[in-house]
This record gives sequence, structure tokens and C-alpha cells, in this order.
Amino acid sequence: METRLLSGNEAVALSAYDCGVNLGCGYPGTPSSEILDEFSKLGGNAEWEPNEKCAIETAIGVAVAGCRALVTMKHVGLNVAADPLFAVAYAGTDGGLVVLTADDPGMASSQNEQDNRRYAIAAGIPLFEPSDSQECYDMLNAAFELADKYRGPVLFRMTTRVCHSKCVVRRNRERVEPRPSAGLVRDPRHNVTVPAFSRPAHRRLRADLAETRKQNETSPFNFIKRGGSDIGIVTSGIGYQHAREAAPDASILKLGLSYPQPTELIRDFCKSVKRVFVVEEGDPVLYDFVSTLGTGNVEPYDEEFRFGELNVSRVRKLLKHDISPDPVPPVAPKPPELCPGCPHRKSFEVLRDLGCFVCGDIGCYTLGLMPPYNAIHTTLCMGASITMALGLRKMLPEEQARQVVSVIGDSTFFHTGINGAVEMVYNRPKTGHLLIILDNRTTAMTGLQENPGTGKCIDHVTEATEVSLENVLRGIGFDYVESVDSTTETERFADMVRECLAATRISAIIVRRQCVLAAVRNSKMKKN
Amino acid sequence: MSCNKTFNVIMAGLGGQGVVKATDILAEVMFRQGYDIKKSEVHGMSRRGGAVQSEVRFGADVKSPMVPYGECDILAVLDDTQTEVVLGKLRAGGTLIVPDDVPTDKLNTPKALNIMVLGAVSRHLEMAGQELWEKVISESFPEKLREGNIAMFRLGRGE
Repeated sequence: METRLLSGNEAVALSAYDCGVNLGCGYPGTPSSEILDEFSKLGGNAEWEPNEKCAIETAIGVAVAGCRALVTMKHVGLNVAADPLFAVAYAGTDGGLVVLTADDPGMASSQNEQDNRRYAIAAGIPLFEPSDSQECYDMLNAAFELADKYRGPVLFRMTTRVCHSKCVVRRNRERVEPRPSAGLVRDPRHNVTVPAFSRPAHRRLRADLAETRKQNETSPFNFIKRGGSDIGIVTSGIGYQHAREAAPDASILKLGLSYPQPTELIRDFCKSVKRVFVVEEGDPVLYDFVSTLGTGNVEPYDEEFRFGELNVSRVRKLLKHDISPDPVPPVAPKPPELCPGCPHRKSFEVLRDLGCFVCGDIGCYTLGLMPPYNAIHTTLCMGASITMALGLRKMLPEEQARQVVSVIGDSTFFHTGINGAVEMVYNRPKTGHLLIILDNRTTAMTGLQENPGTGKCIDHVTEATEVSLENVLRGIGFDYVESVDSTTETERFADMVRECLAATRISAIIVRRQCVLAAVRNSKMKKN
Repeated sequence: MSCNKTFNVIMAGLGGQGVVKATDILAEVMFRQGYDIKKSEVHGMSRRGGAVQSEVRFGADVKSPMVPYGECDILAVLDDTQTEVVLGKLRAGGTLIVPDDVPTDKLNTPKALNIMVLGAVSRHLEMAGQELWEKVISESFPEKLREGNIAMFRLGRGE
């Protein structure tokens, strides 16, 4: 049997290829970004979409056509996709839909450490939690089988260490070809979510979950590694790998299909040991369930361990209720910075020198926050640069309102900034407003992915229709749309900003210059 | 080294120095040598010139992908400013390798420091033969860069 050294993300991509996934789609976001790139390189049918809501809805359409769809995103991306997620939990699909969320405990590259296992409970969707690359490979297949069985979506939760750690993977299945479409099935009772159809659908969903819970009592993905009877550990995800190293003598119940919880399995395990600890990365999701089963021997929860990533040392401390601070290096690791030659550098120098109040957004350019620029004053979530600034403009005295600018990247503009641009024209502030789009022709932060503005598909080669920022903004009704290269035309850019801040109009300046890393990548690809 | 021991190697440096590339090579060598492997690093924002650390663990049955604090056997650092940041991870009696330990004046390009330091690391990992190291290095670079990297690897080994 073929074995390979693969990251969790690569293992998911290989498994998706071997499962015959008809379409993989999503929006890039650390730590999930490599999955679709790898799936595409393997020959899988993959695409980047403008945002996660678009992606999951496309995936649902694929599944309604009777085919298999994998949709990938980072944890906060699932917030964007949450509306269709909850709806499709009721509606179900005939094809298989697996929704992959990559959570980022410790926030290596995110604005929060939300735990998306909560979505499984809130929406009523079965949940897989792999703990290494082999489980990524095996569980994705099981997730599609479960989706087939109950014609419902399945949630697949990874975390940073599972996504990016490399382990040995046995490719233990033959590849199946993507299935043909079932053709048009006119089935409004399943596919139209009006109240009359959704009421019975909700009852169906709960009945299916109850059945899944029963089946889950004997799932091979929930197993006991029997050790001594003093300490028992209930764990899921990466917590399992840390726990079996931190407590080699303990008995461990490892949950891979962790929702709906296998109640009897957990209760019996707890009864078989003296003291029970729950080891999980993120919120006390498992703990909240295990501690209410009435076994009376679940150790109290220490809030400390919901913050940041787990590791072997922290799990050792968890098992001793030791909440002393972890060792901190005497010197802080060097923070990231804008690359030498990065086109954002000049843009932020100008905005800083003009004393602008910058509502920023999510991307490499968030680093405009750092010295020597110190040029970003708010960053919240994807797309908020425009709409938050509009709220500020509407409340501030005129002189201050005129200092507020929105700064957003090309990919983030297409993601959710575009809605804010519509609002900017519709309910215009009395002072007007200035939107600056930093168009570096790529989605740089997450690894140089394509987006609707680059004119290329996911493979960087296949031509796509390039959506023109100028046409979009003019079409929406902006009064002023101009482009400039702030690196070679720094003074012109500064003059444009000054003029737009003074004018009472809806303005957009598109700062256009390619990311240096993308330029290097593209020239390498041309040579090959 | 007993076969049950898990061996821990960490390489640290700055984004762009090739930390991940060098540890990919190390992991592949030990994988082909027949060990269970886990390798871990954090991607994303840190890669924009910030601190990068990559951890490789190998042995009969590796559990956690992260080296427990104070249990690193070999710590290799590509940028002096990062030494103090990661030094606490090294076990008592573990091996520290810094750029001064290799002949950096003979580098054909500063970009090859990762492979030169990997050469020094390989001296402490004799369970894999030089031939295997060089084979994996060759396969990891496009043809025109192979010879140069093998030369830097050998210099790092002190040859």
C-alpha cells in the first residue's frame, strides 16, 4: 500500500480526489488554504469563489444535482456561510455535501479563536474531528458515506496543527470516479425552504440525528485506548495526540465522530475509571456534555485551557489542575512585516503622513498597523472597512469625518466589500466618502490565490473573465473612480487622496501594482 | 538511540529563509529511513518576514506533532536574533547549531544557509546515510540548483 508524508490539508485533498468529489470550492483562509490548491494539482475540479457564502451555495447546488461537493474555509468563513448552512441542514441534499472548517486556536493568523464545533450543535449537523493526516484521509471518506446515508450535510472540523502537521498517510482506498449528475429532480418539498416544508424537515433532521447518535455508539472513529483505571481522558481532535503522550498510562476515549455524541459509550467509559479529564482544543464543548451525564467523577474544568493551542506540556498541566503561566521566551519572536518591495508600503506612508483615520480590512495590508506606518485604526472582519467607516462618517463632526478613509484589498473587496460599496452609494454620508482599493492582483496573505479580479482560475493558468473594479464601481454609481500606482506615482496618489477627502462625493482610488511575491511566482510559471 | 525514543529537531529562522524547505527535506529523509514522522509549523501571517519555527519528530510511534517544551534534541537557528526566542525548547545537554557553526563565508548565496545548516544537523543524525540525504536534497530542487545545494550541504557537514 502506498504511503506518503502529507499535511492534514494535503491528506484531505488526496482523500477528496479518491472519493470522487465532483467539485471542491471555497474561499482561501489560513489554515485551510492549501486544500483546494492541492486538490486542483491532483486533477480535481476546484475553484475559488468570491466568498464562503457563494462557495457553500454552489456546493449545495452540486449536491442537489446528486454529486459530491467539498467546501473549504477557515473558521470565521463559516460565519459568512452560516445562513445557507443552517438552511441546508433542514433541506438536505441527495448528493454528498461536506463542509470543512479549519479553526485557528491560538490565532496564528486570525482575529478570534471561535470553536466551530458549536455550529454542529446549533445547526444539527454530524461532526468529524480528525487528529492527524491519516484520520483526515479516512474520515473525509466516512463523512461522504454518512452524507449519502442521511442525505444531509456533514461538518469536518480541523484545527491549525491538524491542517499543517505532516504525518505518514497510507492511501488505503482505490480511487472512485466522480459520479454523474442525477439530472434535474423537481422536488420542492425538499429543496424549497418555506415554513410548510421546513416544519416537517426539522422533525426529520432531529430523527436522523437521533438515529446517527445510536449508530455512533459503535463507530470505528470513536474508540477506547485502554490503560489504567485511575485516570480516564475523553478527548477529540489534536487533543488526543497530546494526551496519549502526556499520559501514557491513562485510559483514553477518543471521539472522531464527536457529534451527535455517543452517550452510552461516553457514560460507560467514565464509569470504568476513577477520575475523568476532558482534553479538547478550544471551547469546553465536549466537557459541557460529558460533565452532565451524571457519572459524578468528571474533574472540574479549568478555564485556562480554552485559550490558545494545546500541547503536551499544557495537557500535563491540565491533568494536574496546574494553571500556572506557560514559559514565555525572554525575547519576543520577530513580528511579520510588509515585504521589501511591497506596493502597500508607499500607500500607508502617504495615508500616515496625511493624518488619515484608516478603517482597514483583512489581508497582508493589515500590517499597515505596524511601525513605521502605524496607519490603521480599525480592523474587524472581512469587508468591514467600508461599512464601519460609513457609520463613523455619519456620526463624527465634519472636520473629523473628512479624515476617515476605507482601505481594502482586491480579494476582500470581492468577498464582502462590494456590498458595502453599494451601501456607500445608497445611504451616502453628508461628507461623501473615500474608498481605497489596494489592488495587488492576488490574494496574497493566504498564499497568492487567484480572485475574480485577476482573470485567472485556481490553477493560475486557465483564463477567466476578469471582473473590472472600475466597471463595478462606476456601475454601482460612484462619482469618481481613478487608478494610480502609489509606488511610482507617490505624489499623484497623495494629491488624489487630499482632493477626495476635501470633495463631498463618493470616491474610489484604485491603487494598482502587483504583489512582488505574485510577480515572482508568475514569472517562474511562465518559464516552466 | 533506542528505537522507542522519539527524536526531536527544531529549526528556527525568519520568513523567507527556507526553514520549512529544510525541515521538509529532513522529514523526508527520516520517512525513507523507515521512521514514523510528525512535522509541524505555523503558516500564514508569520511568513511575511516574521519568526518561523518548524519542528520534526521521528521515532517508532510519534504522538504529538509538537516538541514538548524543553525536550528538543537538536535546535538549529538560521538567524541569530531568534536564538534566545527558542532556546528554552532545547533539552539539557541538547545540541544547538547557529550560523557561526557553519562556514557562512563560503555560501554561494545567502538563500542556501538553510541547506548548509541542514548539513551540520545531519552530522548529528547518523541513522541516515549521506547518500540518502543528498538524494532527497537533489529531488527537492530544480536541476540547476541541485549541485549548488549539495555543495552547501557538504560544507555544512564540514567536508
